[in-house]
Amino acid sequence: MSCWDIIADYGLRSIGIGERLLPRNEFTLCHQFTLIGSGMIWNIYFGVLALLSGFFFATLLALGKMSTNPIFRRSAEWTIFIFRGSPLFIQFFFAYFLFLSLKQSFPIFSPFTSAWIGALVVLFLNTSAYTGEIFYGALQSIPKGDIEAADAYGLTGMKRFRRITWPTMLRLAWPAYTNEAIFLFHATTLVFFSGFPTTRQRGDALYYANYFADKTFNPFVPYPILAGYFIVLTLIVIGLYGLVNKRLNRHLPTSDRGKIKLRMNIIR
Amino acid sequence: MGFYWSFLTVLLLLGITAPCALGFGFLGAMAARSKFFVFSLFGHAYIAIVRGVPEIAFFMFFVIALDQFLEWSRHKILCPDWSEPIRQGNDFVVCQAAKLPLSSAPQWIHESYGFTLAVFTFAIVFGAFSANVLFGAMRAVPYAQQETAYAYGMTSSQVFWRITVPQMWVYALPGLGNLWMVLIKATPLLFLLGVEDIVYWARELGGSKTARFTDYPHPDWRMWYFLALLVFYLMFTRVSEVVLDRLMKRLTHGQATAAGEAQRRAEA
Amino acid sequence: MKSIVLGTTALVLSATFAMAAGHSVVRMGTEGAYPPYNFIDDNGEVAGFERELGDELCARAELKCEWVTNEWDSIIPNLLSGNYDTIIAGMSVTAERMEVIDFSEQYTLPDASAYATLSGFSGDLSGAVVAAQSSTIQASYIASSGATLLEFATPEETIAAVRSGEADAVLADKAYLEPIVVESSDMSFSGDDVYIGGGIGMGFRKSDAELREKFSAAIQEMKADGTLNVLIGEWLPTSGQF
Repeated sequence: MSCWDIIADYGLRSIGIGERLLPRNEFTLCHQFTLIGSGMIWNIYFGVLALLSGFFFATLLALGKMSTNPIFRRSAEWTIFIFRGSPLFIQFFFAYFLFLSLKQSFPIFSPFTSAWIGALVVLFLNTSAYTGEIFYGALQSIPKGDIEAADAYGLTGMKRFRRITWPTMLRLAWPAYTNEAIFLFHATTLVFFSGFPTTRQRGDALYYANYFADKTFNPFVPYPILAGYFIVLTLIVIGLYGLVNKRLNRHLPTSDRGKIKLRMNIIR
Repeated sequence: MGFYWSFLTVLLLLGITAPCALGFGFLGAMAARSKFFVFSLFGHAYIAIVRGVPEIAFFMFFVIALDQFLEWSRHKILCPDWSEPIRQGNDFVVCQAAKLPLSSAPQWIHESYGFTLAVFTFAIVFGAFSANVLFGAMRAVPYAQQETAYAYGMTSSQVFWRITVPQMWVYALPGLGNLWMVLIKATPLLFLLGVEDIVYWARELGGSKTARFTDYPHPDWRMWYFLALLVFYLMFTRVSEVVLDRLMKRLTHGQATAAGEAQRRAEA
Repeated sequence: MKSIVLGTTALVLSATFAMAAGHSVVRMGTEGAYPPYNFIDDNGEVAGFERELGDELCARAELKCEWVTNEWDSIIPNLLSGNYDTIIAGMSVTAERMEVIDFSEQYTLPDASAYATLSGFSGDLSGAVVAAQSSTIQASYIASSGATLLEFATPEETIAAVRSGEADAVLADKAYLEPIVVESSDMSFSGDDVYIGGGIGMGFRKSDAELREKFSAAIQEMKADGTLNVLIGEWLPTSGQF
């Protein structure tokens, strides 16, 4: 069986397309690369969706924390504190229990005990809290002059926010936000590992790496493969965020355009 | 009892790992800054690879690899006359004298050895993160300061130790503070490294017990044990935040340079 | 001076060989989370069927034994790597495992695996959602059957999944499920027992034939004089006797 056949059989195994059974006796490098790569689909799915949705909620949280209204401020502060202050591992555990009990009284929650949505909700809240804190820090350090200039031009309210405050906040927050994105992708490996059950052996990259380590009793092949995939993914994330960073900073004179410095600010 | 001890284990791990990681980070950052190409490549590779890989994937194989490496080196030194191969199929066989710790050693030595390996592994991972932070911090020290030092006739190592290192801490502290927070939240992964930590005991004690095997049968109580963990982590985070805040105020006090002030704002 | 150094080296070497020949302490690796085979008792010690069996075997083989717990997932790699010398953790003898490690004489007959469900369950198990612990023989059995496999990291969670309705049934060793089913009013056995693995044996590194032989001999001795059956009767009432 050539490697192409294996890719055709197992390339989409993690989402249930292809062979029904996982390989039983053959654990060639090609099998391992294909299946672990197939599992990456889930890691990317969780990462991308949580980042996209978390981005907007994070803006709300940051604004809430800046707000003068104590109700908004308190609730934003607590959301950020709880999700930043506790291990993701424990958040998954509680979320699973919570969804289980919600499910019993409200049937609408029944899909939430499976990872594809339940874990996504946890990751979404988690990344929102971390990103919210980053955005909050950025909002605080927006140069006073920018806001005053906007006032002088008669920009107020929503318009000022959209044209001045928000873009500046993004520009300032972007390096730290890049880090957050990297670590969110790493955090997706915890979904099936500790939080949610795996159905029909459709798991993420770590699940398959674990499967091979278990079958071959040799951890030194599958986990480095997994590590390799993640290094590539990290490089892609850095590249994409670098492009956005360039666009955000395009109005600045070249010498002031900070190259995206991957200084670690806020990570999980 | 083990449950209460495990809290101490976690605190001890944090207490030892943090300075070790800082040490690794310092070496890594120095290597990355080095003008000698090989060192610099090594430093950058260390930072990039370890940061690019999810911690779990790293933990899954690194401890066994490290253990085998140590035993292998001891084997080469202690048993030069050994003729059998070390790798016999899947087995990893070294002479008894090279075993770490010796199989005749009492259990507490085995446990502390496991703990040491865990500390070392954590320190390697978080060393890469802190290398990244320190690397950024060293670059953030205003270049004019170093130029001035050179003008006074200092050698480059004098400049590094007397000018750059003392000044970099204020730039590094926000990043290191976050790293500390992350380290706290990474401790639930300790049980992966074979240390009986709080998560291990919470699962063990919280799991339902049937009356046949214990005098204190109870249903599934993991929820309550995990709740205790949650509270522990939240409190610990809060205390750390307060301490770091104070420390930051102390360090910035007197560092009244405009650049330092701006940097502090940007990172806060 | 030189001769003294040489002398000490020779002494160290001979001591080394003496130790290499036999294990001074045999480290017994177990999971500690699978009653009645092995679990942690109220004093935080390893206890259960395998604890008593293991201690008896060590006494008979005149070995000094020490108990170590390890996560199920990495129990074989850690044996291979030499962190302990034998696995005694309710591990069924399978062809897959035989490729990597050697097993002693089996100390239980092939143990039945059973389905436990909520008491009112009356569906068809072959199309149901069945929970099992990851990387167990039960998990691969369900994966290749028509049922939907739901994998959890610990046996505890598989039971919780049935109680919460996440899974219709759980498939596990009958000896593990039996006390749970007996004591809880809401769960019962369903369907027929299935025989998946071989009996349970102790696992050894392939390079450690000597130690394996010692334990196999002790197990045979216990089978012959009936003490093993007494232990099985006490701890594993649902299992067959030799």
